[in-house]
Amino acid sequence: MPVINVEDLTDLDKAKMEVTQLKLEVKLERAQVSKCCEEISEYIQSGADEDPLVKGIPEEKNPFKEKGGCVIC
Amino acid sequence: MKKEAEALKTQIEAARKAACDTDMASAASGVAPAPRVQLKTRRTLKGHLAKIYAMHWSTDNKLMVSASQDGKLLIWDSHSGNKVNAVPLKSSWVMTCAYAPSGNLVASGGLDNMCTVYNLKTPVIKTVKELDAHTGYLSCARFLSDTEILTSSGDTTCALWDLETGKQKTVFLNHVGDCMCLALSPDMNSFVSGACDSLAKLWDIRDGQCKQTFQGHTSDINAISFYPSGNAIITGSDDCTCKMYDLRADQEVIGYQDAALNSGVTSLALSVSGRLVFAGYDDFNCNIWDSLKGEKVGVLSGHDNRVSCTGVPVDGMCVCTGSWDSFLKIWN
Repeated sequence: MPVINVEDLTDLDKAKMEVTQLKLEVKLERAQVSKCCEEISEYIQSGADEDPLVKGIPEEKNPFKEKGGCVIC
Repeated sequence: MKKEAEALKTQIEAARKAACDTDMASAASGVAPAPRVQLKTRRTLKGHLAKIYAMHWSTDNKLMVSASQDGKLLIWDSHSGNKVNAVPLKSSWVMTCAYAPSGNLVASGGLDNMCTVYNLKTPVIKTVKELDAHTGYLSCARFLSDTEILTSSGDTTCALWDLETGKQKTVFLNHVGDCMCLALSPDMNSFVSGACDSLAKLWDIRDGQCKQTFQGHTSDINAISFYPSGNAIITGSDDCTCKMYDLRADQEVIGYQDAALNSGVTSLALSVSGRLVFAGYDDFNCNIWDSLKGEKVGVLSGHDNRVSCTGVPVDGMCVCTGSWDSFLKIWN
């Protein structure tokens, strides 16, 4: 793939690039936000019960617990 | 040309509005709020002599790499707090570092416009490749494997490199501002980039095309991440806000902001389920947001300077913050 020298792009080149991209994006099929949010919400909630930073980590299982003896810094 | 662009943009906005029948906070109104999150500093990693600009966890959940403008990459064992390796950099103006999923390689880059890849497994750490083709600073790098790496640059492009030849396989050109960050999708088929043109873009890694563009921010996007489901992304910006964009709705579904916050977001990381967003700010703190409700549920305070990088390991057992105060802290 040729190396694109970005500094060689004129304002017209940039405008053409923008319009080409917009033409692609205008055709996108967009899902309803309500449905998308519901799915994200369900996904996150199903994982949140096992999420160590949400539910906390018992001291014995914490690999980062303070160790006795030497001070670690 | 400008008129055509404006007409298309209006069409896109109308299509997005038509799909916008609610927002995330309303959709999640029935969800119990996340508990207030109070995390303690478990480790303070001291060793760098100057500002830390980046850190990245290894997939083994124990080792991590950090980069500082003291001209070094340090590899840490986060459990013991010990330094495992130090990699001296040719250029001290480093802005990013990355750990390969295999654990064999690390990469760094910055104002030298190059991405340098090092092999950690040879008896003495060796420079494997110097990836030199960007005409601007290297802001972010992420390994797909030991043979491919993605980079984002101040020259407004992102690139996919072949590590065997050291050449660019694909150049992703569409941003009109410096690219500041990138994040790989969980399925590794696409990635998103954030730039100083205040846009986030979704790219197909294999065909090199920009598939979607996300507006909304009013300043540079400094940090970006995929949600674990792969259907949404989150961005953090100099405009002091973070936003979640859903890829299928092609728009913003919730914003994370607070009138009292007037510092830019420098970095962000998600807890393993995606419920918590850890966002590092210029005001020395890392705020914790409930991703579904849009509410702040905690703060990580302890750094004496800007929080420049955050990261959560794959197993989600902690969050690491790195700062201009030269320290890394591990919290859980």
